[in-house]
Amino acid sequence: MNPSRRTVNVLNVVSLVAMMVAIYMATIQAPSATNIDESIRPAQRIIYFHVPSAWISMLAFFVTFVASVIYLRSKHVKWDILALCSAEIGILFTIAATASGSIWGKPAWNTWWTWDPRLTTYTIVLLLYIAYFMLRGAIEEPERRARFAAVYGIFAFLSVPLTFMSIRWWNTIHPVILDPNKGFGLGPGMASAFMIGILAFTILYVTLLANRLRVEWMVERVAALRERLLSA
Amino acid sequence: MRRYLQVVGAILWKDLRIELRTKDAFTSMAVFAVLALLIMNFAFELRVPEKSMVVPGVLWVAVAFAGVLGLGRAFVHEKDKGSLSGLMLAPVDRSAIYFGKMLANLIFILVVEVFILPLIVLFFNVPLISAPLLLILLLGTIGLAAVGTVFSALTVNTRAREVLLPVLLFPILLPVLVAGIRSTIGLLEGESLADLSNWLRLLVFFDVLFIVVAYLTFEYVVEE
Repeated sequence: MNPSRRTVNVLNVVSLVAMMVAIYMATIQAPSATNIDESIRPAQRIIYFHVPSAWISMLAFFVTFVASVIYLRSKHVKWDILALCSAEIGILFTIAATASGSIWGKPAWNTWWTWDPRLTTYTIVLLLYIAYFMLRGAIEEPERRARFAAVYGIFAFLSVPLTFMSIRWWNTIHPVILDPNKGFGLGPGMASAFMIGILAFTILYVTLLANRLRVEWMVERVAALRERLLSA
Repeated sequence: MRRYLQVVGAILWKDLRIELRTKDAFTSMAVFAVLALLIMNFAFELRVPEKSMVVPGVLWVAVAFAGVLGLGRAFVHEKDKGSLSGLMLAPVDRSAIYFGKMLANLIFILVVEVFILPLIVLFFNVPLISAPLLLILLLGTIGLAAVGTVFSALTVNTRAREVLLPVLLFPILLPVLVAGIRSTIGLLEGESLADLSNWLRLLVFFDVLFIVVAYLTFEYVVEE
């Protein structure tokens, strides 16, 4: 749970290469979409960053959820650190997904903002995890902070599908990429760029998480050293 | 099982008795809800063709805001007077304490709803009250009380308790508000409960899910 300097360095390089490949695939390699109006074809390429960002934010919050459950069972601080670090990265990618969705919305739907289910759900998710950090910030004592954050992390993650369903039944204009009735909505060249994007972003997530975990363990170590110094 | 229910009943009865003597929660929630109705009347009066169009929103916003006000008080005197430690020392299942407090909160919010419903009919001149609406309100309020009771116990132990509760509660409560508002609109437009079965199922699912999660996590919230 505390990655070594070597592991972090290797991951940094692997991520750099993977992201370069993903950017090349998305901007140059992938063919233009033919089933949409010509004026928005370049904008459509944002999907190669938008969908992976959305996927990573959900993965990150899922990791926070699982770490929270395990923390409550085991009370070991490493699970709290994992939950905290993953939630921070989740917030980052939630903002990325919301912003890139909004950038796609302007050319495609002629508005920066619509109350589309996914866009709205992501905004709620952002608020949920801002609240998660506000809760952490309002508790001084580390053990209680970890325990309360874990409880909230469980509630927050479980509410997301319900929020999504409720807004979806309210109204929808979002393109459905993974519609089980219609198959995959992307052509062959596009699908490979899409999958590479997902893979590259997943590697990026693991890298960011490893870096962040290392920093957090350093923070813990500094706190412990200071304690020892002051008591000596 | 019988003993468990007795414990739940004892805690519920304790809270109801405190409330009957002080009328703290009811007064603040009811006055606040009426104020919310008045403010929303002015907010919408000039811009909306018919007041009946905003009534579903007005109802649920008033319920949510008044509810969070009442929930915020649920653990304050337990904490400040130290009676929470007393409850913790009692040889009973921690979840029984949760269910006792949750039922008390549920009853407080329901009483406020019964108080404001006729006022909404009066102020906004909309025939709102019907058996299906009461069912939807009950389901929504169970969700509000189920999640709110846990979060009330969380925030009472933090700095800035009053500020934090709505920030924690509302994003999670969103499906309840969406389902509640949407089915209230449906009922006003003459839809039957069968037409609204999706929303009813969502509300029931929300209630069951979060009561179970609260049951499983409450002991971690109150342990010292």
